[in-house]
Amino acid sequence: MRRFTWFNATALTFGFAFLYLPMLILITYSFNESRLVTVWAGFSTKWYGVLLHDKAFLSAAWITLKVAVMSSTFAAILGTMAAYALVRGGRFRGRTLFSGMIYAPLVMPDVITGLSLLLLFIAIGMDRGVTTIVLAHTTFSMCFVSVVVSSRLATFDQSLEEAALDLGCTPFDAFRSVTLPIIAPAVISGWLLAFTLSLDDLVISSFTTGPSSTTLPIKIYSAVRLGVSPEINALSSIMILIVTVGVIAASLVSKRSIALQKADEQKALQQ
Amino acid sequence: MNDNNGNTDFAPWEDPAEKPLIEFRNVTKRFGDFTAIDDLSINIYDKEFYALLGPSGCGKTTLMRMLAGFETPTEGQILLDGQDMAAVPPNKRPTNMMFQSYALFPHLSVAENIAFGLKRSDMPKSEIAGRVDEMLRLTRLEQFGKRKPHQISGGQRQRVALARSLAKAPKLLLLDEPLGALDKKLRQDTQFELMDIQEKTGTTFVIVTHDQEEAMTVASRIAVMDAGRIIQVATPDRLYENPNSVYVADFIGEINLIEGKAEPLGDKLTEIHWAEGEAPIIGTAPADLAKGTACHFAIRPEKVAISSERPETHANAVQGQVHDIAYLGNISTYHVKLKNGQIIKAQAANNRRLSRRNFTWEDPVWLSWTDTAGVILTQ
Repeated sequence: MRRFTWFNATALTFGFAFLYLPMLILITYSFNESRLVTVWAGFSTKWYGVLLHDKAFLSAAWITLKVAVMSSTFAAILGTMAAYALVRGGRFRGRTLFSGMIYAPLVMPDVITGLSLLLLFIAIGMDRGVTTIVLAHTTFSMCFVSVVVSSRLATFDQSLEEAALDLGCTPFDAFRSVTLPIIAPAVISGWLLAFTLSLDDLVISSFTTGPSSTTLPIKIYSAVRLGVSPEINALSSIMILIVTVGVIAASLVSKRSIALQKADEQKALQQ
Repeated sequence: MNDNNGNTDFAPWEDPAEKPLIEFRNVTKRFGDFTAIDDLSINIYDKEFYALLGPSGCGKTTLMRMLAGFETPTEGQILLDGQDMAAVPPNKRPTNMMFQSYALFPHLSVAENIAFGLKRSDMPKSEIAGRVDEMLRLTRLEQFGKRKPHQISGGQRQRVALARSLAKAPKLLLLDEPLGALDKKLRQDTQFELMDIQEKTGTTFVIVTHDQEEAMTVASRIAVMDAGRIIQVATPDRLYENPNSVYVADFIGEINLIEGKAEPLGDKLTEIHWAEGEAPIIGTAPADLAKGTACHFAIRPEKVAISSERPETHANAVQGQVHDIAYLGNISTYHVKLKNGQIIKAQAANNRRLSRRNFTWEDPVWLSWTDTAGVILTQ
């Protein structure tokens, strides 16, 4: 049994303070009456009201959401395909090279990814806007999906696919009706990962953005350069809330499915 | 002889006019430098229960996967009903397989698992439910149709896997170590159930196993494999009583092997000189051997009698000393050490409840057997 000591308590307090104090301050000041960010002048929710009527912020939020949904969907499809090819493709020539190349963007500095994509878009004469951001986000987030899905596929009993073929499925039908439903949780968590990565990406977006496609992180960043306003505090608080709700929901869902499975197995043992 | 088929006359392999259902013609399969199957030819007949038996890595699973279509032969041909299967993908073959891991689809219920193959066949939708019910009845799973695979026991899963692979009424059912995951008692019950189902459905079964007892119980014929080759194909009793090689004799059941040199006496009777100062063993060779041929005399422990006095009736008798006794309840195995140091096992049935052993450790005993009790092997 671990005992509670003063040392543990102190370490825990400092650790959590380090992680969450900045966010706590941000949330607190989002309810500040005053226009000055660092001077407390009483509780108010007026900045949230102002935010709701700020067209520029709202359109940036809409664009961000669109980009995140589209890019994470493409990333989920492409990442799953890549993972499937790498895990199931057997030992084809240059397999190691391919898997290395899929995972390289994980460690590639964003600046380099962004710059190289920008150069590519200029070279092929593509107008920069929502499309280019979606392409860029798909490129860097599909490798995250691929990592998640391939780790699921590695533990996947391949005889399930063979059984499907044996029972009359074409290879595509086997993938659709057996493999996909089983790896779906991994694909969904890959999608969520890609979604959050796209939502808060600043560097790659700013390289590939165009005049009419400012995303929320870009908007916040440029606004902060003119001085932090309480409006931005309010916006950030909303984003923290969304992310927190999302994370808690995801963990509740997975906990519930584990609990259900356990209950089922218990039931099977009793009979 | 083949009591699992209900009549003793089931022996299509002895009828030259009979066409085999499956024919392997000089099939070789290589994985890189490794030869898994080496120039192998076998025939399997309709309604047979054919067992592929061998240690792990002998190629038996590769053989079965070639039948299912998951592997293609490097050389040679596989014919099913006279048709070359090389270009036929797994989903177009009239075969179904029961996997070692059962490979039940975890996201589908038991009934949906069984219906999976039917939905992809040309069976009309209205008949599928009836066929699923029929399979559930056959495998005694009526109450479990709505359960998911993880909500039933291991033995029930095994029956679902069997029901699913039989649902499409395949010409040929392949079973890959189907009982490996079950405990011993359940395995024995299931073996008889399998035989029962095979008889009811009239399907040809090919089973892969490394368990010789399992193969002996269920199969009409057994192919003993080693290193990608077939060593012997025979009915269980012929395999046990007339092994063609030391490998088969040693693999199937327990056996005593005595090395020696042959000296024919005529009329297939052969003397085997096996130790200095010991009388030669008299046995029956399958064919006349040349004098001095190196050979093994192989005899099963239950065919060796043990006694305290030299018996008059048996052709062969050797003296030894009880080295060890294994009491197995129904039988006892005596390990008897001969003068040259060789250990010979003799089995005696414990017909009476023993108050006192007939023999105990270090007792001098005689081992004896007739001239037809053992076989002479030259391979």
